[in-house]
Amino acid sequence: MSSSVAGAVSPTRQALRRVRRDRSARVGLVLVAALIVVAAASPLLVKLSGQDAYTYHIDLLDPARGNAPLGSFGGVSAEHWFGVEPLTGRDLFSIVVLGLRTSLVIAIVVTVVTTVIGTLLGITAAYVGGWFDAVLSRLLDFLFGFPQLVFMIALGIIVPAKVPRTLLLIGVLSVFGWAGLARLIRAQARSLVTREFVEAARSVGSSGWWVITRELLPNLLGPVLVIATLAIPGYIGAEAALSFLGVGVPPPTPSLGRSISDSIVWVYTGADPWFMVFPGIALFAAVLGFTLLGDGVRDAFDVRLRRTR
Amino acid sequence: MPGIVWFVVRRLFATVLVMLALSLAVYLIFYAIPADPAHLSCGKPCTPDRLEQARHFMQLDQSTIQQYLNFLRGIFAGRTFGDGPAAVRCEAPCFGYSFPLGRPVTTLIADRLPVTASIALGAAVLWLLIGVSLGVIAALNRGRLLDRLSVGVALIGVSTPSFLLGLLAILAFGFWLNMVPVNGYVPFTESPVDWAWHLVTPWLVLAVLQAASYIRLTRAQMLEELNLDHITTARAKGAGEARVVVTHGLRGALVPIVTLFGLDLGGLLGGAILTEKVFSMQGLGELLISAVGQLDVAVVVGVTLFSAFLIILANLVVDIVHGALDPRVSHG
Repeated sequence: MSSSVAGAVSPTRQALRRVRRDRSARVGLVLVAALIVVAAASPLLVKLSGQDAYTYHIDLLDPARGNAPLGSFGGVSAEHWFGVEPLTGRDLFSIVVLGLRTSLVIAIVVTVVTTVIGTLLGITAAYVGGWFDAVLSRLLDFLFGFPQLVFMIALGIIVPAKVPRTLLLIGVLSVFGWAGLARLIRAQARSLVTREFVEAARSVGSSGWWVITRELLPNLLGPVLVIATLAIPGYIGAEAALSFLGVGVPPPTPSLGRSISDSIVWVYTGADPWFMVFPGIALFAAVLGFTLLGDGVRDAFDVRLRRTR
Repeated sequence: MPGIVWFVVRRLFATVLVMLALSLAVYLIFYAIPADPAHLSCGKPCTPDRLEQARHFMQLDQSTIQQYLNFLRGIFAGRTFGDGPAAVRCEAPCFGYSFPLGRPVTTLIADRLPVTASIALGAAVLWLLIGVSLGVIAALNRGRLLDRLSVGVALIGVSTPSFLLGLLAILAFGFWLNMVPVNGYVPFTESPVDWAWHLVTPWLVLAVLQAASYIRLTRAQMLEELNLDHITTARAKGAGEARVVVTHGLRGALVPIVTLFGLDLGGLLGGAILTEKVFSMQGLGELLISAVGQLDVAVVVGVTLFSAFLIILANLVVDIVHGALDPRVSHG
């Protein structure tokens, strides 16, 4: 064997090298890494701060100002790093880091679920073609034409209260989320199906499953990674939006969207604008970080995500 | 143009099929639910007798398929619940009847629609204008300050959840600068000026967010388009720069933009619903959310189906525009 093949740098490694060189992608990577560490360690951080997200501290509120927190910056102190929530006096730091964890867990689980389903169905449709492809394409059209947010709100009425809302949220976001990915992967896979190596694999009697998972999938890992990374900020935003509307994560589980919704009246009256600042920054940082990283990954893999039909 | 007519007919036919499939799906999903509308309206104490009566009155004692067919017929011919003097008439187009609110769903939607439509349409016009023109400007000034600014605006727009930006805008323009009203909706018929004045912040907020992806797309498309041969030809023939950019460059870039717009229509309604809540306006979103809270199934089904129909119709229009812009589509 000549050494040129063994010595060549794999496309994946080249791409990673490009990500490292891209300044905004680096910012995104650092932001994402920091947020994930904070989210993963959130129970620990909360313990470290000596607080929890559920205990009321009525003594820290000012009844004269409608129970807004005492002190400046929304009651920031050595005990309460981000101050306390108005009306209840719960520790805002705990609420924000645990809320961040809720957001990221939901977004990442949904991304994994939709990526697996969307990739497999997209590749299969491209490879098998025929009626399977036709049915899948119609199904995708159907899902795209659907008023997703309206339906997600409406679902609240039919799912019994027994079903945990977090699971429902993951389920609903997944049901609508895989379609976009499947369509893009299908388009990418179609250009591969006619290539010689697929033909070769088929001619030696490889099963369809083998061709899909061992021949097509490795060649599509770049686009899959790009689409998945770009999808995460969308899910973070969707979860926050549903919680903001009051149909997402139910109390008392901390959620950034709900905290922001709760903060509206405090911001408008000027009684405690800091109640919005901390959850707002956390949410913005999460979406921005994943967007920057996603853009960087896309540029690095040089994937053209044309919205083709 | 027989080609385009045939294309439109085909699309119309497909649209009707999708609407039927969608309405059946929505109906089956929502009527498989444990919450019994009759149970809620029969009050306390609810004797089995009265429950049966309520069920019969609301036509819930029929099979699900029969109910669905009644619903479809109601859209075209209207429906009457019960008989005699107590009968409730729901005129066509009847999207169901809300017994808790005592009004046809169509009326409820018609009351709220102007609010949501005002937000959505105004924002859509604005974001297309902002997005496409900033995208073109960015492409023409590639690498220079204007390009960087546009791309920066696009990045912030993509990364900010709509409700967060809305709240910040209210805070900045409404409370600190005291420039615009902070909430509420004034009907257009009452005072067009007040109507626009109350809507200008929500429009801008939604538009900035949505314009982001249009800036990115238009910029990329224009950069590509301006490198093509026919642009060089147009320049060589002495066409002015404005003509080259708009007639020759933008025209080619328009097809993907229209496609993106079609996909975004589904989200437009969602964006309007979030905006309504931020600006405390009583639109379709508020109707839907309160109906979910009160287990008012008729309203939930009606609003869901109505918004689905709107999106499908809008997609049809986009498809036809698409076909007119790009002959390859209508003949494909």
